[in-house]
Amino acid sequence: MEILLAIITGVLYASGIYMIMRRSMVKLILGIILLGNGVNLLIFVLGRITKGEPPIIDSAEKVLEGVYADPIPQALILTAIVISFGLQAFAIILMKRTFKVLKTDDLDQLNTTDEDS
Amino acid sequence: MRTLILKSASSYLIPVLLIFSVFILLRGHYLPGGGFVGGLVAAIAFVLDAFSNGLEKTKTILKIHPGFLMPLGLLVAFLSGISPMVFSDLPFMTGIWAENPIPVIGAIGSALFFDLGVYLVVIGAALTIIFTISESA
Amino acid sequence: MTNDIIILPLVVHLFFSIVLMFFWNKVDFQKIFSVVANFIALLVAIWVFIFVYNNGTQVVQSGNWEAPFGIVFVGDMLAATLVLLTAIAGFAVSIFSTISVIRARLRFGYFSVFHFLLLGLNGAFLTGDIFNLYVWFEIIIISSFVLISIGGEKNQLEGAVKYFALNFFASMIFLTALGVLYGLVGTLNMADISLKIAEVQNRNLVEISAVLFLVGFGIKSAIFPLYFWLPASYHTPPSAVSAIFAGLLTKVGVYALIRVFTLIYGGEGFLSILLLTLAIMTIFSGGVGAIIQNNMKKVFMYFIICHIGFMIGGLALFTEVAMAGVIFYLIHDIIIKTNLFLISGLIYRIKGTTNMKKLGGLYANYPKLSLLLAIPLFSLIGIPPLSGYWPKISLILASFNAEEYWFFGALIFGSLITLIVIAKLWSEVFWKDQPKINFPEKFIYFDQLRIGQKFTFIFPIAFLTFVTLYIGFGAEHIQQLSQRIASELINNELYIDAVLKR
Repeated sequence: MEILLAIITGVLYASGIYMIMRRSMVKLILGIILLGNGVNLLIFVLGRITKGEPPIIDSAEKVLEGVYADPIPQALILTAIVISFGLQAFAIILMKRTFKVLKTDDLDQLNTTDEDS
Repeated sequence: MRTLILKSASSYLIPVLLIFSVFILLRGHYLPGGGFVGGLVAAIAFVLDAFSNGLEKTKTILKIHPGFLMPLGLLVAFLSGISPMVFSDLPFMTGIWAENPIPVIGAIGSALFFDLGVYLVVIGAALTIIFTISESA
Repeated sequence: MTNDIIILPLVVHLFFSIVLMFFWNKVDFQKIFSVVANFIALLVAIWVFIFVYNNGTQVVQSGNWEAPFGIVFVGDMLAATLVLLTAIAGFAVSIFSTISVIRARLRFGYFSVFHFLLLGLNGAFLTGDIFNLYVWFEIIIISSFVLISIGGEKNQLEGAVKYFALNFFASMIFLTALGVLYGLVGTLNMADISLKIAEVQNRNLVEISAVLFLVGFGIKSAIFPLYFWLPASYHTPPSAVSAIFAGLLTKVGVYALIRVFTLIYGGEGFLSILLLTLAIMTIFSGGVGAIIQNNMKKVFMYFIICHIGFMIGGLALFTEVAMAGVIFYLIHDIIIKTNLFLISGLIYRIKGTTNMKKLGGLYANYPKLSLLLAIPLFSLIGIPPLSGYWPKISLILASFNAEEYWFFGALIFGSLITLIVIAKLWSEVFWKDQPKINFPEKFIYFDQLRIGQKFTFIFPIAFLTFVTLYIGFGAEHIQQLSQRIASELINNELYIDAVLKR
């Protein structure tokens, strides 16, 4: 299971970075989404995949005994998903506005900021 | 795209979705669910309405601008966050709970109000984003 | 309530932001409310600073969860100082925004987002949990995306796309580093990580996570090979927005580097060589970039990059003297960089351009104003006894003691370049005669403003200049403060003990 997830993570990272390095703005957004998913899977794998009980301490005991599943990676992933949801929504609107104003999808054409004015 | 099937199905689906979103919101404390997912489900109900009946009609159903839900939800979440600081001298965001659980809803605490705030913010944000994208298309 | 005092800067900004959102369309009310709110936030920040100064590191466990499990907020001396500086810069910029930012922009919730940005900055400085640091970073960048693209002019949108793409990428790298670190130590509390990372067997992975953090924070703080988004985007929004970005946004990256590389990766030898090399290259490339630019705003942007190198280099030396220099430079830099962009905004309002070739004759027309503007410009160079001079002594001393002569040379080079460029700027903008150009006609010039409106331009600059003068002439106090922070950073047991209540 870990090996499969590791391979998927690697593929998501590679394709995400490849898409970010294209010239098109749409591909930039796609790359960002793929990269975000890759990061989430990475956190999931690195948090150790174990089949265990929920980490709830019984009221009669003081410490947790036995194998338990770590809930923190899932909490982290959920937070990261929520954040990237907001950022991606912003990105789509931003790119759309930019396309409307500049009439181009090519990132190489975005060079008025470097002009001397 | 206005089809009769979607239109008649949506008129039954939307109330079910809205009730389901409240159900998810309330069960979220111990089981999977919570404000974020509940808010998304509620937002989907309105998006479905916009698909079947058009954006203008959905806006008249909503009555208020969805953007207004964001500060409202933030305010609810903020007040539930600082309430332990004000009332019982506990650190920020500590859960304070009512002693007796209420039937149907269950135990009431500041966490529920925090989730309610998240619910409102998510509806507001999701609808604002989707309305903005579909308006400028 | 006194236990929770370090939370207050967060609480007030969140509250003000929510209130401002309710008054979305009432721009005039928002202006007044935001200035008052920032004044209150300034008072709160002063209170927090004094409290932490007298009582030592404060810890708040949010949700009443014990330290390594819950999210903690830690107000040590460094965090309290930066919160105070944020409040000072925020107060000045909020006054400057009221008239200089046009109404069409203010209508899109400018002030509300501005308070969210300050909330994010304060949160990033105060948190003691590394994932929480990521969340605050995201709040900062989301707010800054809105501020940079508000208005929607052509070059603004272009700048926003570049800014967005690289900052989002940096966040993803930061998150990757976080995942690797969590896999190694199984905790997110920075104090707890600091204890557990020493026991990790697989040092290669520790080094990989360190480099990932360096790249992630490096993009945000604009160090050498990763700074190209900054000159492409920071000059596009209104000057008030540029000022808060220049003063605080890159510095929050520097803060994160300082925090992570003192607390978690304290004695990693290879990192100090890497950081030192990057610092030298950053100073060099920033300085060379500043020479060739003709636009005032762009010159100042390259200064940001150049002077980031000073701080990163001091961090790489990692001695108490060097750290004191870094902290002093950080204090000086936040105030001065904010002020520089406010100055460029004022000059833009007077002349309608920031191109140095088209400017001139400012000294002849506005002698008193020129004198006011001279103080921050000379402080930037570090003419004794103004504020830029003192931290450079510490940094040069530290580089000599550590026998790092390349960094010593880079420091001298950076200071010299700053001197040359400021001298050029002074002669072009202030002393040269006004060249004959076509002034834009549909433009409200500074002379046409009412006296109260002029005040909103002059007062923030004068206020920040006063703070700069205090940093320069009251250098003894700042030096003591910096040394105290430096010793707290180097002996990180104090921080760890305070957080874990050992």
